[in-house]
Amino acid sequence: MAAEVAEAEAADGRCRLRRFSCELGLLSRPDGSAAFLQGDTSVLAGLYGPAEAKISKELPDRAALDVLLRPKVGLPGVLERSREQLLQQTCEAVVLGVLHPRTAISLVLQVLSDAGSLLSCCLNAACMALLDAGLPLSALFCGVTCALQPDGAILLDPTARQEQEARAVLTFAIASADRKVLMVTTKGSCSVQEMQQCLAAAQRAADTIFQFYRDSVRRRYSKC
Amino acid sequence: MTRARSPPHGAAMKATPLSNCERRFLLRAIQEKKRLDGRQCYDYRNIRVSFGADRGCCMVELGRTRVLAQVSCELVPPKPSRPTEGVLFFNLELSPMAAPGLEPGRQSELVVSLNRLLERCLRDSKCIETESLCVVAGEKVWQIRLDMHLLNHDGNITDAASIAGIVALCHFRRPDVSVQGEEVTVYTPEERDPVPLSIHHMPICVSFAFFHQGTYLLVDPTEREERVMDGLLVIAMNKHHEICTIQSSGVVMLLPDQILRCSKITAVKVAEITELIQKALENDQKARKEGGKFGFAESIPNQRITAFKMESAAVDTNDVEEQAGEIIAKADPPSEVFANPVLHTPGTAQIGEGIESSWGDLEESEKEETAEEEGESEAAAFECEKVETEDTSTLRETKSDEPIVLSDSEEEEVVILEPQELPRKTRTQTSSKQENPSKKAFNKRRRKKRTSR
Repeated sequence: MAAEVAEAEAADGRCRLRRFSCELGLLSRPDGSAAFLQGDTSVLAGLYGPAEAKISKELPDRAALDVLLRPKVGLPGVLERSREQLLQQTCEAVVLGVLHPRTAISLVLQVLSDAGSLLSCCLNAACMALLDAGLPLSALFCGVTCALQPDGAILLDPTARQEQEARAVLTFAIASADRKVLMVTTKGSCSVQEMQQCLAAAQRAADTIFQFYRDSVRRRYSKC
Repeated sequence: MTRARSPPHGAAMKATPLSNCERRFLLRAIQEKKRLDGRQCYDYRNIRVSFGADRGCCMVELGRTRVLAQVSCELVPPKPSRPTEGVLFFNLELSPMAAPGLEPGRQSELVVSLNRLLERCLRDSKCIETESLCVVAGEKVWQIRLDMHLLNHDGNITDAASIAGIVALCHFRRPDVSVQGEEVTVYTPEERDPVPLSIHHMPICVSFAFFHQGTYLLVDPTEREERVMDGLLVIAMNKHHEICTIQSSGVVMLLPDQILRCSKITAVKVAEITELIQKALENDQKARKEGGKFGFAESIPNQRITAFKMESAAVDTNDVEEQAGEIIAKADPPSEVFANPVLHTPGTAQIGEGIESSWGDLEESEKEETAEEEGESEAAAFECEKVETEDTSTLRETKSDEPIVLSDSEEEEVVILEPQELPRKTRTQTSSKQENPSKKAFNKRRRKKRTSR
């Protein structure tokens, strides 16, 4: 086991995920909450729902899912709005909203610190908050960010500096069932071949992340 | 799947009201000098201060109330009335995750009153030396911005926010600046160590909640206690026993000796809290100097069962290229790309053809002869009203001596053909898309709206 890890390090010191930490249920008011930390990037997610929705916002056949992403400094801008859309679409794909019609599910994310790979940290925090709240899900999802360096090398879970120096930054949301892709967003330009490589690398990384989810939830419920 | 309508942006939660039996229970308990969490009347909840990896970032937990604070700075022109002083900007936001029913954006009186109180506590008490923030008098000064976010509302936001604010300000380091004559140099953190703000004293707010018309008093009320209180007294004091701010709100009338008693309690509490803050700042400073780990990740205790940590993990990406190559080889080739767009007149082009109109039968009866609306792409056409399918079908006249009018005029033009002879309508399919799309007749019986968006 140690030998394999050492080999992987020697072969590809770049393909490492940073230190992950996760704390579940740390807020008392929301129904589900999670703080997810990847290296120095951390995001706090709080989830309310399914709860009574305002009449103007309720949908007749399923739950109305709403995502809010708040930056640490300043007012939310266009970048936050676009990330909220991506998160909402990813969450709606896995949450079984038809089981709770005419209700509202509100997911609020607060950026605690940003040191690269923020969107994937938000995705991971969102999934852990959904788990903590006990909402019915068809699959789990995780976020992985890949940075393509100018020489074509793939970096997983890049830091802020690595993201700046990269030629392209791709973020994938991978579902736990069959490692299917739920969402992709890219910044910069890359070839089709490179994108498929990044996707394959992200699917490998997703295995590690799902194992992390499983271990943290198992720890949480080890003493009931 | 058709979506009825997607909900507009913003949280869609309703606040939960307090039931009457809860209210009565709380008031009775307070009469018997009992609190729900077992504290004494003058006891504070546990205060925990943790710092983030960035300078000026801290999180304060007062019991279960949690506030995040971040300080940032920027060079700006000073206020015209105060050309040699820096600018301070404070903002407290109640995050929608703090409690159900909190909407994002500028909201209730609660937020406004909290912001005003914190501003008075931090700005008007002159705890920060603003003269030292001046770089070039009248032109450039530092603007210190303090953003606070309430993450969990369990009562006594004021105290938690004031602690978070002053701790963040003490923790923050601004870039070093040197002025030589006309030149101003701002050093990056790598060139020169950032400089702390000059802070004279640390004002801390202490809240007192009054019940039963001022008979009973509780320090550090929880959210439930706040809902049933009659009035609130907030005293901001520093460890030198100087009162920085005092504010009384609610429907309670206080006697002078009550206020005096509260200020004595405040002095004791502020001394304890200030000591706690100093210790936390020292610990963080030590961790940073000795090269140890710092940041929110370190502040999560290892023994908590709800927390889990994983060290840096390697991911095996050795045969990623082969896998990617396989996927590309097995994938279907990309779908037929449309050939070059057809240019009708300068400024109007056509890409592709529309599909066959499915309203063919109805159309016969109306004798509607439609023509390709030039310049309208497929996508735009489909986005119009349902009648749009007529617009995109291409009709080709088989008679060459028909009047052919090509114009972009939007006026209704009625051109009547020989009534006995209905021109044979030929609908061209996609295979023959390039054939003479210019042979059309304009016959508008009905005014058609062009891309009416």
